[in-house]
Amino acid sequence: MTSAERYSTRWVRATVAVFLKDWHSELRTRYAISALGMFVITTIAMILFSLGSEPASPEVLAGMLWVVLFFAAMSGLSRTFVMEEERGTAMTVQLQAPPSAVYFGKLLFNLVLGAGLTLLTVVLYALLIEGFVIRSTGLFVGIIALGSIGLASASTIIAAIIARANTKGTLYPVLSFPILLPLLMTVISGTRMASEGASWGDAVGEFQILISYIVVVTTTSYLLFEYIWKD
Amino acid sequence: MLLRGTLGVLLTLVIVAAFVPPIVSQPQSWYEFPLIPGLEEKARIIFFHVPTAWLSVMAFVTSMFYGIRYLRKRDMMDDLRSSSAAGLGLLFCILATVTGAIWAKFNWGSFWNWDPRETSIFVLLLIYGAYFSLRSAVEVEEKRATLSSVYSIIAAVTVPFFIFIMPRIMTGLHPGAKGDPDGAGPVIDFKMSLNMRVVFFASLIAFTLLFIWMFNLRVRAARLEYRHQLKG
Repeated sequence: MTSAERYSTRWVRATVAVFLKDWHSELRTRYAISALGMFVITTIAMILFSLGSEPASPEVLAGMLWVVLFFAAMSGLSRTFVMEEERGTAMTVQLQAPPSAVYFGKLLFNLVLGAGLTLLTVVLYALLIEGFVIRSTGLFVGIIALGSIGLASASTIIAAIIARANTKGTLYPVLSFPILLPLLMTVISGTRMASEGASWGDAVGEFQILISYIVVVTTTSYLLFEYIWKD
Repeated sequence: MLLRGTLGVLLTLVIVAAFVPPIVSQPQSWYEFPLIPGLEEKARIIFFHVPTAWLSVMAFVTSMFYGIRYLRKRDMMDDLRSSSAAGLGLLFCILATVTGAIWAKFNWGSFWNWDPRETSIFVLLLIYGAYFSLRSAVEVEEKRATLSSVYSIIAAVTVPFFIFIMPRIMTGLHPGAKGDPDGAGPVIDFKMSLNMRVVFFASLIAFTLLFIWMFNLRVRAARLEYRHQLKG
């Protein structure tokens, strides 16, 4: 085994360890999971109450799905970094793992959390809200999956910033919204297309934007994370 | 001194050249602007509105540039430059939004239409707003400088998605946008006559000089304030 190989195995192990640490501490308190779950349920209930028996168009409902997802992400995805500052464990993690491993471990955690959140929201939304019709299921799944990944990757780096700024939650949506807007606009138009029954070919532009957005944001975050993380 | 003199002369010339030449349907002499259907006299906004928008983007890039330099060298002066540029950017961004909205009222019928370029400038406003909220939330200077630099870089890498991709994919109302029936491509290339183009680019240069002048003033003021704080 060369030293480069040994280094990369160590890096992977550190990344997985950071992920597992967050995973176990999340399972112990279930703070993020319950907060996110309750958030989704209350928001969807709100939408149901405000819609009443009025039928809403599939276009409006497709956009509204992302309103729920965005604010749900804003209520839970900052937890992974804010927790370290609150418990005073940031320094210990700094000593144990290289910054890039911390970043990717946290990103992995947020990806899993984000995927669970998206799944729950989409299932509840489809079951409870009448008139939300998806004509091309494959396209919808693709857009939702990429949108969820993009949401998690941008939220992770902003979470790292606000945890350092000691502002808890107030600034989180303010800082995230402009960064997430290109993603949100693309996924909203993609979801709308899926509900109208568009084919994969029609949505090529959307996929190009989503994939390049994810790559660009993750790479930049990886390069900049060290500056935020280390004092 | 030289900069200020050049700026004053150039900007005066641009203002005169933008408003004085008559707009006629068949331009005969060198000083007449051609009539662009649908824009008429309202076409003159291009000499000021576009440079203002250009300036707000340039200020953003400048702010990011000094942000990166701060991260590399950890020099507080770079952070002062970065925030000064962002302050100017916010000012010009508001100017571009307001002039554009007034023009849109008379040309498109309402102040705001969510045209792709309107959306982009709105996002730029949001980013500047978020940048300054973040700065006011952090009290430790070094931390404030680092976090705001990082934020401006992350924001900067997502901005091109609006400026370049969105207007090309969505149909827009702006002259030269994809939905414009007269064809695609920036309005400067195909609709402006040679004399309009000269005034337009002179205005771009004048606004760039204006930015450099205002930027230097602000940085000097910020530096004095910073030194004063250190002493006091």
